[in-house]
Amino acid sequence: MINVLGRQGRPLEGQLEQRAKMRTENLCVYYGSLLAVKYVSLPVVRHSVTALIGPSGCGKSTFLRALNRMNEVIPGARTEGRVLLDGHDIHDPSLDVADLRRRVGMVFQQPNPFPMSVYDNVAYGLRIQGIRDRATLDRIVENSLREAALWDEVKDRMRRSALELSGGQQQRLVIARVLAVRPEVILMDEPASALDPVSTARLEDLIHDLKREYTIVIVTHNMRQAARVSDWTAFMLNGELIEYGPTERIFTNPSDPRTEAYITGRFG
Amino acid sequence: MRVRWARLEEGLARAVLWGCLLVVLGALAAIVGHVLVQGLPGIDVDFLTTAPRASGREGGILTTIVATLYLVAGALAIAGPVGIACAIYLAEYLREGSLERIARFGVQTLAGVPSIIFGLFGFTAFVLWLGLGWSILSGSLTLAAMILPTLVKAAEEAIRAVPDSYRQGSLALGATKGQTILRVVLPVAMPGILSGVILSIGRVIGETAAVLLTAGSALGFAVSPLDSGRTMAVHLYLLAMEGISVPKAYSTSAVLILLVVGLNALATRITSRFTVRR
Repeated sequence: MINVLGRQGRPLEGQLEQRAKMRTENLCVYYGSLLAVKYVSLPVVRHSVTALIGPSGCGKSTFLRALNRMNEVIPGARTEGRVLLDGHDIHDPSLDVADLRRRVGMVFQQPNPFPMSVYDNVAYGLRIQGIRDRATLDRIVENSLREAALWDEVKDRMRRSALELSGGQQQRLVIARVLAVRPEVILMDEPASALDPVSTARLEDLIHDLKREYTIVIVTHNMRQAARVSDWTAFMLNGELIEYGPTERIFTNPSDPRTEAYITGRFG
Repeated sequence: MRVRWARLEEGLARAVLWGCLLVVLGALAAIVGHVLVQGLPGIDVDFLTTAPRASGREGGILTTIVATLYLVAGALAIAGPVGIACAIYLAEYLREGSLERIARFGVQTLAGVPSIIFGLFGFTAFVLWLGLGWSILSGSLTLAAMILPTLVKAAEEAIRAVPDSYRQGSLALGATKGQTILRVVLPVAMPGILSGVILSIGRVIGETAAVLLTAGSALGFAVSPLDSGRTMAVHLYLLAMEGISVPKAYSTSAVLILLVVGLNALATRITSRFTVRR
């Protein structure tokens, strides 16, 4: 178990146990024989933003994808260890993987709206659940777009193709699409890496607003972004979790020299 | 000096390539032009809307148009669902390995089998053994087997060209693999699948030997799928082969060619719209 230090350097473990929406225990992910994530135990605190930072190839995206079993889509990927959602292992055979992914939604690095209308994109997750009622769909689509701070920009073009939107709008549309199925946790894999600075700022504001309702885990390359949006930060290196704690402490007073070297820009 | 040689070579190479292109276009223009010049004068409303009389020496080609369309619809109704299902399996479910190699080899081989062999097989299996006789149904089954490889290949390529990010986005929303394929992958792949369908229609329209062996050459209207029917290609073959009427043969050819050119233009349009959208 990793040593977790709080703001004043006191252990936080007992406190986190209570507040964890998800947690991993000795999580390992293999790609074939390559061990990409090594024995990571990490809590994800409810209604907060957890940032995963570390250099390229450190396993942070792979770790993220293990939280909603999206690694299973990749041939040759294998997961060991436990991932708990509200205390239940998500690998439990009695748990439906589609249901898990509805509860733990995901936003990808490249905005990936489907080549359909704005409306159909947001309604997609509802329709696959069998929701057909027009009024219900209309209401949830509007609410989700409002929640994603996109409604005002698209309310007059709901029937137009989502591919006509700008990159930043597409990313917020994808977030609205995730919000529409009422997830509990939202995983974001470098969601701003394809966006310009203005769109990035809007996205960060949105993430800040969303944590009231949702629990968010975000992978980011951008150190300042991690410092701005997150409450908790986990630093990974070569597949291992090096340090985890409140973002403020990680950035001002890291306990591991490797963390300090990374956040001060000495490598990565 | 050396530079000048290089320039000369370059010019020569250009001239040769240009010449080859000219030969290709020239051949196309000669064939299409010849057929149209010979055939177009014989085409009028009557030709398209009346049945052949006196073995085709007189009258039009209406029944052969009907039989052709009938055969196209039949072959597509059989090969379409099977081919698309097969392509989905190949592209989305089959892992790389020996079964995949065998399946791929099988599809490729089927594509290379000469059509007359399909005809012979159809004649033995459907016409005689299943007792379907010379009929639209026998012809459709035979042609369905013949166009399957084209359909499977086009559909598989179209499905593989669908970006993975769409699949992942759908799965991450809690969709099952089946829902993802039906609601996201297939609609995106549809233009590519359609261009395969159109190419297949072209093959059905043009096929002669296999159709003659399985659908027969009856000149009457084909009403039931168990009726025999004479397609335009078969009609034209018999008109020319038995020396019934060369002008009528040319007019039939002209209609066929116009149809093929139209279909190819349609396929190109659909495919280019597909590429622009990406």
